[in-house]
Amino acid sequence: MTYLRATGSYLPTRIVTNDELATAIAEPADWILRSTGIRERRYAADDQTVTDLAVLAAQACLTNANLAATDLGIVLVASGSPDRYCPGPASQVAARLGLTSTPALDIPVASAGSLIALAMAMAFAPTVGRVLVVGAEVMSRRIQRTPDGRNTAILFGDGAGALLVDPSVGFLRLADAALFTDGTAAEILTVDTAGIHMDGGSVILRASRKLPAAITDLLDRNQLAAADIGTVLMHQANLNLIHKIAGVLAIPTDRCFTNIDRYGNTSAASLPIATAEWHLHNPAPSAPVVLAAFGTGINYGAILALPNQPQASPTS
Amino acid sequence: MDKRPGILKVLQAVAGKDINPQDDESLFGSGLLDSFALPDFLTGLEAEFHLTIPDSDLSARKFDTIDRTITYLESKGID
Repeated sequence: MTYLRATGSYLPTRIVTNDELATAIAEPADWILRSTGIRERRYAADDQTVTDLAVLAAQACLTNANLAATDLGIVLVASGSPDRYCPGPASQVAARLGLTSTPALDIPVASAGSLIALAMAMAFAPTVGRVLVVGAEVMSRRIQRTPDGRNTAILFGDGAGALLVDPSVGFLRLADAALFTDGTAAEILTVDTAGIHMDGGSVILRASRKLPAAITDLLDRNQLAAADIGTVLMHQANLNLIHKIAGVLAIPTDRCFTNIDRYGNTSAASLPIATAEWHLHNPAPSAPVVLAAFGTGINYGAILALPNQPQASPTS
Repeated sequence: MDKRPGILKVLQAVAGKDINPQDDESLFGSGLLDSFALPDFLTGLEAEFHLTIPDSDLSARKFDTIDRTITYLESKGID
């Protein structure tokens, strides 16, 4: 068994509003809001790196777990915007946490990286102990704030989130995971040194079909229905896409936690940031939770987490 | 069989209004319809023309005009 024990996040202090962005991309601010559901996003300071953001989120998570870094069995860091190609941020994050021999691995998958890392943590935890999953991105350095770059500029922001997976205690039991990769569609969403390249329509088509199917498969094999889900914690890609997926699943949109209006799409950081914010207001969840993401690769999937407490019976 | 009326029927249902785009007019890239209408457009095509669009064909470009949609349907043997 594995459990989600604690969460943490870090958002840079610089707020970039739609009004500020609208000038650069020569589009009205209300078009940005209508197209994405985003009102503002955060940008890292010029001297802040992906590693800096990751360390701050990791430290917040460890503090919330009342643990030291030396209590960790492994560190997994997901990022699609690493400061350099190799080595990725994981080893530096571990070093900055004071670790010199604990394994630290990179998951270089934008958007879906934290979900993959969390699924890997479920496999690792029973044998290596506590796993720290971190998602960190500085996507603001991968976009062009110009009219030509508007389709990605309006979406992305920076931030980091962290999740502590524990083999014995936590507020949610990580019950099952389903991961998928379809490399035949890899070219519809890529990140390189020149920036983010996105065939938005194809991403929407794929995500709106594949993600609900992955969630439904996961629920089916656990004898659950979509109506049983208390909360969906989804990669915060675009509010319209989140609502579209909720519609396919036939669940009310308010069961999908969202904070994209304030942070934009923070890629691999968005799932742990969303989970951390949701957990702050839901310390003891009483209904099943689904975590889901879709990203570069194309990688996508879902994780089922169940309340780690007896559900109240109708007669109690 | 002229496939345009069926495609237009699906488009109008998805748009929720009486649109009548040119055959070579961009449907989703030009602002005529939001990109988030694409999944509903494909679902509507599947129902209207009794086909299943496989994952390998989930490319926005294949369906961005009525002409391209006709070409796609013909490639799938829809007469």
